[in-house]
Amino acid sequence: MAMSAHATAHTSQAKAAELPRVPTPAIGPRANPYLDADSFEGEGDLMVLNMGPQHPSTHGVLRLKLWLDGEVVIKAVPYLGYLHRGVEKLLEKLSYVQSTPIVDKNDYVASMTNELALVMAFEKLEGCEVPRRARYLRTICAEMQRVASHLLWLGTFALDMGGALGGGTTAFMYCLRERERILDLFEELTGARFHYHMMQIGGVRHDLPVGWDVHMKQVAADIRARIPEYESMLSANPIFRSRTKGIGRIDARLAMELGLSGPNLRACGVDFDLRRSQPYAAYDEIEVHSALAYEGDVYARYQVRVAEMYESLRIATALVDGVPAGPIMGRKPIETVNAVKPPAGEAYVAIDSPRGELGCWVVSDGSPRPYRCKLRPPSYHALAALPYLLPGTTIPDVVVILGSLDPIMGEADR
Amino acid sequence: MNVLFGSPALHALVLGVGIVSALLGVTSYFIWFERKFAGRMQSRIGPKHVGPYGLLQPIADAFKLLIKADITPDTADRALFNLAPLLAVCVALLSLAVLPLASGLVIADLDVGVLFFLAAGALTVVPTWMAGWGSNNKYALLGGMRAIAQSVAYGVPLVLAALVPVILSGSMKLSDIVAAQAGGHWFALWPPGPGLGAGVLFVLASLAEGNRIPFDIPEAESELVSGISTEYTGMKFGMFYLGEYVHSLVVAALFVTLFLGGYDGPGPDVLALQLLWFVLKVSLVSVLLLWVRWSYVRLRSDQLMTLCWKYLLPSGLLLVAASAVWVWWTEQGGSR
Repeated sequence: MAMSAHATAHTSQAKAAELPRVPTPAIGPRANPYLDADSFEGEGDLMVLNMGPQHPSTHGVLRLKLWLDGEVVIKAVPYLGYLHRGVEKLLEKLSYVQSTPIVDKNDYVASMTNELALVMAFEKLEGCEVPRRARYLRTICAEMQRVASHLLWLGTFALDMGGALGGGTTAFMYCLRERERILDLFEELTGARFHYHMMQIGGVRHDLPVGWDVHMKQVAADIRARIPEYESMLSANPIFRSRTKGIGRIDARLAMELGLSGPNLRACGVDFDLRRSQPYAAYDEIEVHSALAYEGDVYARYQVRVAEMYESLRIATALVDGVPAGPIMGRKPIETVNAVKPPAGEAYVAIDSPRGELGCWVVSDGSPRPYRCKLRPPSYHALAALPYLLPGTTIPDVVVILGSLDPIMGEADR
Repeated sequence: MNVLFGSPALHALVLGVGIVSALLGVTSYFIWFERKFAGRMQSRIGPKHVGPYGLLQPIADAFKLLIKADITPDTADRALFNLAPLLAVCVALLSLAVLPLASGLVIADLDVGVLFFLAAGALTVVPTWMAGWGSNNKYALLGGMRAIAQSVAYGVPLVLAALVPVILSGSMKLSDIVAAQAGGHWFALWPPGPGLGAGVLFVLASLAEGNRIPFDIPEAESELVSGISTEYTGMKFGMFYLGEYVHSLVVAALFVTLFLGGYDGPGPDVLALQLLWFVLKVSLVSVLLLWVRWSYVRLRSDQLMTLCWKYLLPSGLLLVAASAVWVWWTEQGGSR
C-alpha cells in the first residue's frame, strides 16, 4: 500500500504539487454530456446498449445507456429513478418521531449514518442538546457502520472484477464474513441487523449492553488483522492493479464541480472531511485522520476506503473505552407520535457518511410534521461523474469504474 | 495399432462409449468437488443437503436443469441457437479420442494425435460464436466477439507450447510422447529444460482457450450478464456448463500426457496402476487449476490480448527454438 494504514499526514499541497497533473478539461462551460442523450448519433455504426436496470453489476437498478463502438464506450448516460420510492414526500407525511425508520431504508448498507443525519437536523431545528454518552454511542455506531459499508463495497467491487464463479466470489465471501460480525454487534445493541432505528431525537434508543465493549474491541481487532489478507489477495495481485491503476481518473476540480464527496473526493487529493471540518457527535473529542490519495483513479479510491477501515476501527476502539457515564437521552422520553414539535424555521445538517457528504435539510412550520425534508445523498452526485469517466473506456472498465464510486441506488433514487 | 477388442472399429466403439460415459460421470462429480473445494476456500461448507456430503447434488442439479422451461427467443436463429450447446459438448469431448489413459488404452492412437487435439481445441470457437450470434442478444454478441478474438489469439501460443514435447520426443503420436517420458523423464520436470516453460505456457494458453478464470472474458458475468449463455435456459445452459468442465478436465489430462509423463509412474507396468497414476496426476493438476480459478480476478479483454501477443507468443517461439537446440545438443552427446 502506498499510504500507511493509519497516519495520513496532511502534506497534501506539497505532495499534490509533485504529482503529474491529470489532464483536465479547460475550466468554464464544459460540454454537457447529458444534453443530447436522446438524439445522439455519433460517427460510424454504434450499438446502443442499455446496461441495467437488470444487470448483475449495476449495484441495484441503475440503468446506463451506452453507445458502443465495438467494446469502446463513445458516450454514456446514467438513467436514475428505478428505485424511487418518494421518501422525501413520505417524510412530509410522517411526524418527526416516525421518520427515523424510513431513512434506514435509503442507504440500506449504512443505516446508522442515515438516521444520524436526519435526527441531527431535527435536533438542530428543535435546539435540543444531546448528552455526551449518546454522542459517543452515535460516533461508535457511525464508525462501525463505515467499516461494514466499506467491507461490503470491497466485496462487491471484487465481485465486479472477478465474476460470480471465481476469485471475486472468494474475496466477497471473506468481506461478508467480517461484515457479519459487525451486524452481530449491532444486533446485540439494537435488536436489528439492518434497519436499526438506533438514533432518536435527543439521543439514542439503546444503551450499551453488558460486555458489548469487549465484543466490539474483539471484532475490531479481528477485522484489523484480516484486512491485510484482503490486500494480499487484491492489491498485491498484478491483475487487480492493472485493472484499477489509471482507470477512471477524476481530477480534483471536476470532482468538486460535480459535488463528489467522501472517499471519492479524498481519492482525488482533496482533503475534505466533515468529521474534521465541522465536527458533530463526538468527533470533536477524538482526532480523525482522514485517508487521502492523489491519483483520483479506481486504485486510489480503493486505497482510501481500505485506509478508512483501519481508521474507523481505531476511532471506534478508542471511543468505546472512554464512553462517559450519563443519560442517553437529552429530552423527556418520546411517548406519542406527535411529541416533537420544533418551532418554525429550517436547518441543514451534513455528516460524513461512508459514501460522503450526507445532508438533510428540514423546514418546519411548527407542526409535528416537517414541511419539507430534502436529503442530499452522496451517491447521486457520484453517479453524475459517470458520463465524464466512461467515454473511451471498454465495458469491463465501465463495471469497475461504476463499482469504484460505491453508489447505492436506494440512496440516489430515494 | 494396439487393439484390445477384435477389430479396430469395435475397439474404438467400446472404448469410446466407455470413456465418454466415464468422463461425463467424472465431470458431474468434479463439479461437486469444485463446489466443495470453493466452499472450503471461502470458509463455507458447500453443498451438503442432497445425500450424504451433498453427493447427490449433481444428480439433483441435472434433474432440475432437465425439468426447467426450455425457451428459445423469438428473434433467435433457431438452428444455430439450438445446435450450439450440443456442439459445445461434442467438441470438448473430441480431444478424448487421442488421449492414452494407460498403455494401449486409447480410442484411436493417431500418428498426428497432437495435431488432432489442436484442431479439436480450435473448434471450440465455433459453438461459442454460434451461440453468440444466434442468440440475437447484445450481451451474447459481445461475448461471442470476445471469444473469437481470444481463441484465435491463444491458439497460437497453445500450438507452440504443444510443439515443444513434439520436438523433444520426435513424434506427434501421444503414446510415443508418453513413452519418451518413461522412467521419470517428464518433460515439465526432469531434465529441467524448455519443457517446464512450455508446460506453464500450455496451461495459460489452454485456460484462455477454454475461457476459464482469469481468462473467462467471453462469459464475464459481471460485465456481460452471462455472455454467450445469456439467453439459454435449462439443459441447453447446462450443456455449455458441461462442455466447459469437460474441456477443463481434458486439458488437464492433455497437460499430464504432454508434460507430466502421462500414465508413467513408479511400479510395474500394470494397466490398473497406470490408470491410477494417470487419474492421480489429472486430479492434482485439476485441483491446481481450481485453486487459480477461485483466487484470481479477471483480466480485461485488451490486457488479455497484450499478454498473448506481446509475452506468450514470443516466449512460445523462444521455447520452440530452445527445444530444437536442446535436442540437437543432447543428440551431440551432451549430458542427458
